[in-house]
Amino acid sequence: MSNTSHEVAQGPHHTSGAAPTALSAHSIDKKFPGVLANDSVDFDVRAGEVHTLLGENGAGKSTLAAVLCGLYQPDAGYLIRNGKRINLSSPRAGLQHGIAMVHQHFRLVDRFTVSENVILGSRDLPYRLIRREIDEKVAAVAESYGLPIDPEAIVGTLSVGQRQRVEIVKALYQGAEILLLDEPTAVLVPSEVEKLFENVHAMTAAGKSIVFISHKLGEVVEISDRITVLRNGRVTGHVSGRGTTDTKELARLMVGRDIELNSQRATHAMGHEVLQIRDLSLDVDDVAVLTDISFNVRAGEMVGIAGVAGNGQRELADTIAGLISPTSGSITISGAMTTDRGPIAAREVGLAYVPEDRLGVGLVPSMSIIDNLLLTRNRQTVVDRFSVRPEATRLIEQFEIKANGPDHLARKLSGGNAQKVLLARELSGGRTATRLLVVCSPTRGLDVGAIETVRRILNDARSAGQAILLISEDLDEVLSLSDRVLVLYRGAVVHEALGEAAELSQVGAAMAGLSSQSH
Amino acid sequence: MNDNIWILMSADAIAIATTLILAGLGALFTERAGVLNLGIEGILLASAVSSFLAADASGSIWLGLVFGALIGAILASVHAVLSVVFRANQIVAGLALVIFGTGLANFLGKPAEGKTINTVIEPLSFGSLSDIPVIGPIVFGQDIITYSAILLAIVSSRYLFSTRPGLELRATGDDPATVDAQGLSVARIRIRYTMFGGALVGLGGAWLMLAQSAGWHQAATTNGLGWIALALVVFAGWRPMRIIFGAVLFGFTLQLPFTLQAEQITFIPSAFLEMLPYLATLIALIALSRPGSRNLLGAPRSLGSPFVRDER
Repeated sequence: MSNTSHEVAQGPHHTSGAAPTALSAHSIDKKFPGVLANDSVDFDVRAGEVHTLLGENGAGKSTLAAVLCGLYQPDAGYLIRNGKRINLSSPRAGLQHGIAMVHQHFRLVDRFTVSENVILGSRDLPYRLIRREIDEKVAAVAESYGLPIDPEAIVGTLSVGQRQRVEIVKALYQGAEILLLDEPTAVLVPSEVEKLFENVHAMTAAGKSIVFISHKLGEVVEISDRITVLRNGRVTGHVSGRGTTDTKELARLMVGRDIELNSQRATHAMGHEVLQIRDLSLDVDDVAVLTDISFNVRAGEMVGIAGVAGNGQRELADTIAGLISPTSGSITISGAMTTDRGPIAAREVGLAYVPEDRLGVGLVPSMSIIDNLLLTRNRQTVVDRFSVRPEATRLIEQFEIKANGPDHLARKLSGGNAQKVLLARELSGGRTATRLLVVCSPTRGLDVGAIETVRRILNDARSAGQAILLISEDLDEVLSLSDRVLVLYRGAVVHEALGEAAELSQVGAAMAGLSSQSH
Repeated sequence: MNDNIWILMSADAIAIATTLILAGLGALFTERAGVLNLGIEGILLASAVSSFLAADASGSIWLGLVFGALIGAILASVHAVLSVVFRANQIVAGLALVIFGTGLANFLGKPAEGKTINTVIEPLSFGSLSDIPVIGPIVFGQDIITYSAILLAIVSSRYLFSTRPGLELRATGDDPATVDAQGLSVARIRIRYTMFGGALVGLGGAWLMLAQSAGWHQAATTNGLGWIALALVVFAGWRPMRIIFGAVLFGFTLQLPFTLQAEQITFIPSAFLEMLPYLATLIALIALSRPGSRNLLGAPRSLGSPFVRDER
């Protein structure tokens, strides 16, 4: 494999003299309602190499992988396997062409033994199964790739790393030549990652192709022969891997180059500290999700939390909102300690929360706008729609919500309008005036017009003296709106910068865990 | 004390156990695929009356048995379509099936109420073996369906734990997403075993009718055996071999009050004994309806929940 070239190409990769291409995808389009998850994506993997798909969450890596293994059918484009065009109607069809996916969430039956799991679904099995013979066969396949497993062990009792190995052995047993590993290290501890990488090398040495899907720059550079970077469903670069790559350049390709730091920030006075977080830590199932987080948000200040998805953002928001009790540390809102006191206590001292999942957590889809507004302001036994109606009508106008009046059902609203209803409810306050707004991915999936409105609403709220904590995976958004930016990586704040002074490259590197600077 | 009555009771208990084994295996196959069919009692009643009418009209007991199994499969297919295709709440769909089956039996059975048929399923003859004291009547005094039911439980156990389709069936009940990812059709597997289970329950109902009562009485034919069969599966931990022992145990408990009464043994009120199987059933059904306790009992993990492939 020649990895000496250090290049950033903008088109499909062509190298001569390398191993033959095992699988290639050409101009793949895949649409989901409201999202173009893959936009004419080209990708190819050779025999015996690791080709990584790098990108943020929602960049379209998993969608492309699903297309490659037959789970999704592309809306446009085609696949070539060993020089022949193929049509994959299902994962089973993919498997018949030697393409297998190792899912991030394992597809294993906990109560079955390792070998039962490995053989499940194999077509060439005899009708009668003799346990001993199967165990021997499974162990032999595993051994031949240097992946020792105990075929008689019950999968439910194995560690995560061992289960992953079972998944890989299952794919190999079924004759996989191309393995798609979807975020394989996300669930592993460092020592298990090392073992996984050894296994990957053993497989490529045996001529297998590995498609490695990840958003973690460091490990990607370590394991990959080649890297394809995706952003917003498009390929933003092809890079060669194995330590020869400029990681800063990768970070830039991953998080985007066209960031305008045009400041819409109005100059304004900041008041007292509304939110104070001290040494906040959270363990979930003995895994540290948040570690020693301390920061303040002042009245009239917007603090942005940047980070790649899954680094503790959602847990941080839920903890502040009182939905999760932290393992240690304290949260103070408007001078009142709200740690462990639940969501109502937090709301009573002025918390407003706009969760990431608008229709699932934020609003009740089957209820009208007015009923959704009533959720936070009317805690009496009898629902009084009449007296809230004028306010509802006024809010619909003020927040530019496109709806047929207050009785419009939430689920019939577009994403942007649902978000505006949610913001209207949270910002207009219930019985207590809103002092602190925690808002998560406020513009994800919205169209440009709605994005503008939502950002304006947030700016206006700040100018009105509210403290705002903006948690978003959209780095542009965080940088352009926030007075201060904190970067969350593996549950810890690893970088802090003033909004105007924030350097994209530094923030990007911190998001990828490459920064050694601590706050 | 009269030894004979105890021997007779044991023979009867094993006979009752036949229906419980068949209906229990039917429920077991259904539940192993992840479908909870609470409608067993309705299927049992409807197939009992259907088999009676078919046997009465044709004069053939065997035709009656086949007809009973057929009606069982058809009724179960209704449940399968509702819960697998339309993803209805399986508890509600099952209870609806009980009401439907009971009503159907009532309607079809009206003209036949109190009627008897001339032929019944005869016990097999093992010659002199049947004359062995005590063991003879109990072990060698049963009919072919009883022996077949026991054999079926043994075969089912082998099927479930050491064949490829058995492996796929168990996986479907535990983790349908995994089965789906392997390219197998969860819906097809679930519908197939729900219908097969229904056929077994139907066979149990037909046998109950044609070998046991030989006359149709809506109120007295099943006596809630369908519910007991559901509980039996829970107590058997979803294992076919244990169904046999559980069925015999329940059979004894159901027969005991009559014998005690006949023997004038009164230190335990017979009403209390009569209640016992139903009390056990009630407890098992409550446990079966709550996901938490269900997992504790070792039920198939996806029991009662429809499978939806998660797309984004």
